[in-house]
Amino acid sequence: MLLIECPYCGPRPELEFRYGGEAHVARAADPATVDDEHWTAFLFWRGNPKGLHFERWRHASGCGRFFNCARDTVSDVIVKTYKAGEPKPDAARLMTGTTP
Amino acid sequence: MGESSMMAERRSILPAAVAWHGVRYEPVEAMARFVLRGSDAVCSTAAEVIGLSNPSVLRASHDEHRAILWQGPDEWLILAPEVERVALLQRLETALAQAPHALVDVSHRNVAVRLEGEAATRLLATGIMLDLDEAAFPVGMTTRTLFGKADVTLWRQAPQRFHLETWRSFAPYVIGLLQAGARGL
Repeated sequence: MLLIECPYCGPRPELEFRYGGEAHVARAADPATVDDEHWTAFLFWRGNPKGLHFERWRHASGCGRFFNCARDTVSDVIVKTYKAGEPKPDAARLMTGTTP
Repeated sequence: MGESSMMAERRSILPAAVAWHGVRYEPVEAMARFVLRGSDAVCSTAAEVIGLSNPSVLRASHDEHRAILWQGPDEWLILAPEVERVALLQRLETALAQAPHALVDVSHRNVAVRLEGEAATRLLATGIMLDLDEAAFPVGMTTRTLFGKADVTLWRQAPQRFHLETWRSFAPYVIGLLQAGARGL
């Protein structure tokens, strides 16, 4: 079983977690001024990369909090987890392991 | 007519206490239970009203009759004797009136069982994925986790004594798994 590091509770079994889709998809500050194409992108268009993916997870059967996670979609290795609201880590540094 | 006399009568759905091989199972008496959501300061205020300290992450603070269990960074579960339910709720609401918070009475939502004995960790390990060794799960630690497929709150009160709290409708499932697990001890 995969252990996922919850930023609040520490390493926990993956069954306690729920996947929450791509992270860092920011909602427009003033949606009324956004045209259809950009609104569509916000609602539906996702990266689906092969490799490092920034995504949201929720510790559903634990502290209940959403947090963010950088995961390699090829190897399923979770490179880093961090609290929601913290800045997106630099992908290149994460992959070379120079960032804790 | 006072509010307490208008309360619905609560009958336990839990089976009576029984001694299994190496572990004693006991239903916990009906309690007042509140879920508190808000900032850390909100919990500190509530803790002061109850006469306890604000518990740290994954810990419970308690005295003989009352407890505050950490559930998440902005969520706590308060346990108190059932007779204090109405008065305590009012005292908490009064103390927290100026602070943004949510205080919900879940006394009828949860039930709890107590498991005590040298085989308690082995029995719990039949349904719980966490490491229950004292080094990883020391006395005083509490967390929400899964027992089989049911959400539970586990609290280690003593090296060999656990308080296992779950939703009322999950209890037959959890107890059934405990009984099945106890047969294998």
